[in-house]
Amino acid sequence: MSPLDLVKRPMPKQEPFERVRNFDEVALGYSVELAREEAGRCLDCKKPGCVGGCPVGIDIPGFIHCITEGDFAGGIRAIKQTNALPAVCGRVCPQEEQCEMQCILRKKGESVAIGRLERFLADWEAAQETTEAPPLPPLNGRSIAIVGSGPAGITVAADLALRGYKITMFEALHEAGGVLTYGIPEFRLPKAIVRREVQYVRSLGVDLRLDFVVGKTRTMDALLESFDAVFVGAGAGLPWFMDIPGENLNGVYSANEYLTRCNLMRGFRFPAFDTPLKRSARVAVFGGGNVAMDSARTALRLGADEVHIVYRRSHDELPARAEEVENAEEEGVMFDFLTLPVRLIGNERGWLTEIECRRMELGEPDASGRRRPIEVAGSEFMMRMDASVCAIGNSPNPLIPMTTPGLEVGKRGNIVADEETGLTSRRRVWAGGDVVTGAATVISAMGAGRRAAQSIHEALSGAK
Amino acid sequence: MFKVVERSMIVPNVHLLTIEASEVAQAARPGNFIILRPDEQGERIPLTIADWDVSAGTVTSLFVQVGASTAKLARLKAGDTIPTFAGPLGNETEIAKFGTVVLVGGCYGIGAIYPIARALKAAGNRVFALIEARSSFALYWEDRLKTVCERVLVISRDGSRGYKGHVTRLAEILATEKIKPDRLIAYGCTYQMMEVSRQTKPLGIKTIVSMNPIMIDGTGMCGVCRLTVAGETKFACVDGPEFDGHEVDWEEFLARRESYNAEEVEPLHRSGSCSHF
Ligand SMILES: Cc1cc2nc3c(=O)[nH]c(=O)nc-3n(C[C@H](O)[C@H](O)[C@H](O)COP(=O)(O)OP(=O)(O)OC[C@H]3O[C@@H](n4cnc5c(N)ncnc54)[C@H](O)[C@@H]3O)c2cc1C
Ligand SMILES: Cc1cc2nc3c(=O)[nH]c(=O)nc-3n(C[C@H](O)[C@H](O)[C@H](O)COP(=O)(O)OP(=O)(O)OC[C@H]3O[C@@H](n4cnc5c(N)ncnc54)[C@H](O)[C@@H]3O)c2cc1C
Ligand code: SF4
Ligand code: SF4
Ligand code: FES
Repeated sequence: MSPLDLVKRPMPKQEPFERVRNFDEVALGYSVELAREEAGRCLDCKKPGCVGGCPVGIDIPGFIHCITEGDFAGGIRAIKQTNALPAVCGRVCPQEEQCEMQCILRKKGESVAIGRLERFLADWEAAQETTEAPPLPPLNGRSIAIVGSGPAGITVAADLALRGYKITMFEALHEAGGVLTYGIPEFRLPKAIVRREVQYVRSLGVDLRLDFVVGKTRTMDALLESFDAVFVGAGAGLPWFMDIPGENLNGVYSANEYLTRCNLMRGFRFPAFDTPLKRSARVAVFGGGNVAMDSARTALRLGADEVHIVYRRSHDELPARAEEVENAEEEGVMFDFLTLPVRLIGNERGWLTEIECRRMELGEPDASGRRRPIEVAGSEFMMRMDASVCAIGNSPNPLIPMTTPGLEVGKRGNIVADEETGLTSRRRVWAGGDVVTGAATVISAMGAGRRAAQSIHEALSGAK
Repeated sequence: MFKVVERSMIVPNVHLLTIEASEVAQAARPGNFIILRPDEQGERIPLTIADWDVSAGTVTSLFVQVGASTAKLARLKAGDTIPTFAGPLGNETEIAKFGTVVLVGGCYGIGAIYPIARALKAAGNRVFALIEARSSFALYWEDRLKTVCERVLVISRDGSRGYKGHVTRLAEILATEKIKPDRLIAYGCTYQMMEVSRQTKPLGIKTIVSMNPIMIDGTGMCGVCRLTVAGETKFACVDGPEFDGHEVDWEEFLARRESYNAEEVEPLHRSGSCSHF
């Protein structure tokens, strides 16, 4: 047996000085040669740990083996058995905490680059003239309404369409895709990819109804009159603010507003597109997750001179994916750790000019296992800024619970649903994804969608 | 795609827009608004629903041409299509038997108060309308309002119709006409609603205003429409758009409304329109 190859093939990327001036994708993807070399590192384990780490249980050694053989069509087929969005997951899954974390090679060195290989196959497929469309069964006479076209809704739609259900997917915005469309920026997840995935689902016969706000355009009760079942995948789109003085000043944004202007409304192409986005010189982003990294890197690309991530814990506690933190650092985002904004100060015209912050220190670990930040008395200082972006979290939008009597919700406004089946307190209503868990990940939303689709199928057909 | 049934300028700079959107028509209630995009490059902008026809499946709004998006709307013809028309959004106007209700409308608000007047009358109220315009030629829908109001009072800036001047005369007009409102509802430009609230506060008249901040999604997702009401942050699109005018932080609201002024000049020039009042 050849000696173990313990180093991941690096991902070719745009150079930092180049990419901060454009919105094109940062990571360029493996070439065929790199992909086959990387795939060759996999040990094709009999009891592969990696599969257990993937929330949708992709046959990872199976598709990697196909790559080593050069059978890319076989590889993508293997993935698509359990994952309808490989081009998305290969790019944005937190692989280092999921599949790659459980890879045997991590015991000695670096794991196989599973996400990058998954992306490679999805991109290979997209580059082909024709894609293999799975055969569609005849319609079984049952109809399903899906609320929200994010990863959860898309997964349920695809799974049930392939089982002969008539699917109508309702989306409040004018484009489908959920956070994949309005939140995650172009330079990390090109919108052409999201559109391609949405097109795939439509090719399965799914009827997509845009500009349709369930709870407003029609209530859940009305939907239940014309559909056999409803799946709610409405996401966690309600932005949190910090509840500190000055948050309604001009130049103070929620990450949702900042990113939506840029992504959904194409603000970065203003004035070719009408929605404006301020060009700010000094931008502070509050938070340390993926949303914060995306906002900070967007600000740089919009031409800011200086962009700061203001985070109350330290580098080790950053919840964002390690790869994205590294990208942000390379691009010149500055990190102000152990710093808490306490007050936003504006000029006489109501525009943000300064942020008062306080230093923090880390105490004992809290319930989440992370060390709790404690304020240092008397440590206040000022940061001169003309924009701030609040990226401290989101919770589910109350619109649907407010207009749906009898739908049980939890403390943070999340819809209460059975973890295994997605069934809610209302008959014939299932829910999954961020609307149930609060802001989480693409793949966990898809996993919830998959389980709900199975449960809906069992309930409506009596099948197991 | 949503079909334009009618787009016409009914008085200088105020346009009527009727769109085929049967689902919105079926669910529309007084005080609701819609969000539309004039074309694929367009912004999402909110307009109040001024009327609807369930059987024809149409929804009507009135808009004032102020910037790039409304200039694009002003070029639409019957038979054209627009890519986005979502609604009805926002909470409906509270309709109950209050007694005497005065509806104040200016610019697009003259149309926007019509369905509210209709519903309030049906609920057994005495309904008065007080509409305001630059001059007699800028008034519209007076006849329509008369069908659902006990009286329609007019203020024109140049005095060519009704009272001369501005809504700053509200308290005086109510006294002269011997109208004692149990509730007042105002729709129109921000300054007008602010002024109305300022006038009614000392009189102790409950005053509802329909706030018109910048919006994007209109579903509570982006937070750009936030304002402070009674010391608390609210999202106009889902918590409103109607609020108690005596509780709104007007100064902050006006500042937030201006936040994109510099940028909006640019598409304005491209659109070849500068017909501000
Ligand atoms: C900026 C950002 C970066 C992220 N980065 C990552 C990452 O790198 N990796 C990762 O795994 N995860 C990431 N996430 C999280 C991930 O995107 C979400 O967990 C995931 O999209 C949730 O999917 P969902 O289907 O539950 O909901 P969403 O994607 O939120 O979709 C919900 C959809 O429902 C629609 N909707 C809501 N209410 C209604 C209604 N009443 N009627 C009709 N439609 C409605 C919404 O408009 C939306 O389109 C990120 C999130 C953000 C915001
Ligand atoms: C809930 C709600 C309901 C609304 N209903 C209506 C309606 O029924 N009819 C209608 O005409 N408008 C209505 N508006 C306002 C309307 O949305 C804006 O006028 C529109 O977005 C302007 O877009 P624009 O691109 O043409 O102008 P912009 O380029 O956005 O603005 C151009 C200039 O006009 C100013 N401006 C923007 N809006 C107004 C306004 N309403 N009054 C005075 N100046 C303004 C801006 O500050 C800027 O200086 C409503 C707003 C809200 C939030
Ligand atoms: S879907 Fe995500 S977790 Fe599963 S194998 Fe792919 S990258 Fe890993
Ligand atoms: S655990 Fe690692 S080496 Fe083993 S099959 Fe999975 S990817 Fe290959
Ligand atoms: S318009 Fe986005 S939250 Fe109100």
